Amino acid sequence: MADTTADTNAIDVGTEAEPRTFGPLTRTDIVRYAGASGDFNPIHHDEFFATGAGFPTVFSIGMFQAALLATFATDWLGPEAIRRFTVRFKEQVWPGDELTCTGVISAVEDTPEGRKVEAELTCTRQTGGVAISGSASFLVPA
Amino acid sequence: MSYEVPIERGKIREFARATQSRNPAYDDADAVIPPTFLTTAQNFWATGTHPIMDLGFELARLLHGEEEYEFFGPPPHAGQTLTVSSRLADRWEKEGKRGGVMRFARIVTEYRDADGGLVAEQRSTLVETGRAPEKES
Repeated sequence: MADTTADTNAIDVGTEAEPRTFGPLTRTDIVRYAGASGDFNPIHHDEFFATGAGFPTVFSIGMFQAALLATFATDWLGPEAIRRFTVRFKEQVWPGDELTCTGVISAVEDTPEGRKVEAELTCTRQTGGVAISGSASFLVPA
Repeated sequence: MSYEVPIERGKIREFARATQSRNPAYDDADAVIPPTFLTTAQNFWATGTHPIMDLGFELARLLHGEEEYEFFGPPPHAGQTLTVSSRLADRWEKEGKRGGVMRFARIVTEYRDADGGLVAEQRSTLVETGRAPEKES
């Protein structure tokens, strides 16, 4: 198993991850996630259904941008190390959106099992509006 | 209600590609699952009715409020089979900012390994808006 975990010496309260921007998101990106996750609510891929329901077009699946934030977080602190991932859905995300993920360490505690790390995570649209606010806990091997 | 979910390598790889990860940990023969991968468990493997159906929430007004996954060790790996059960854990109401009553429900889903050990817990908060979602911001 490749070790992609961040250097634990670089983890301290206030440490920020290198931001990552996803997109511009395409309808194909949304459909690909729909297929991978099994969420086929037509509001997310069927233009006629979405406009018929009063929306300007299809909009992204909330769990898709949540998963992009998770991709960002586990690339930073390690897929094996994650112990909690929490997201709150704020603004809708639309085709053409660019989503920038940011993260900052909010707490660190050294324990016999390893270093417990809490991170605050945000997924922000190009408009400045927050699509997802989240947080995660990691147990990083000492 | 409970059901079994096999954690499959190919499905993990597909999910990782769809969520724009190239992390090698998601490509191995015993690949670890991405943090939100268990959402696929309910979409592909659930049997019976979801606890939300018992509440009589109107699906056209249903929004996703929050989602939380907790792992009680390293997340599950390809090759494991998990037993899944969901229950209604809490429900409450509050007055919507734009009129109407908003109804909330928290659904807790437990994922257990072959030995019965709790490996993950998912807490989902669902919201029935006072009006149709398109009227909300």
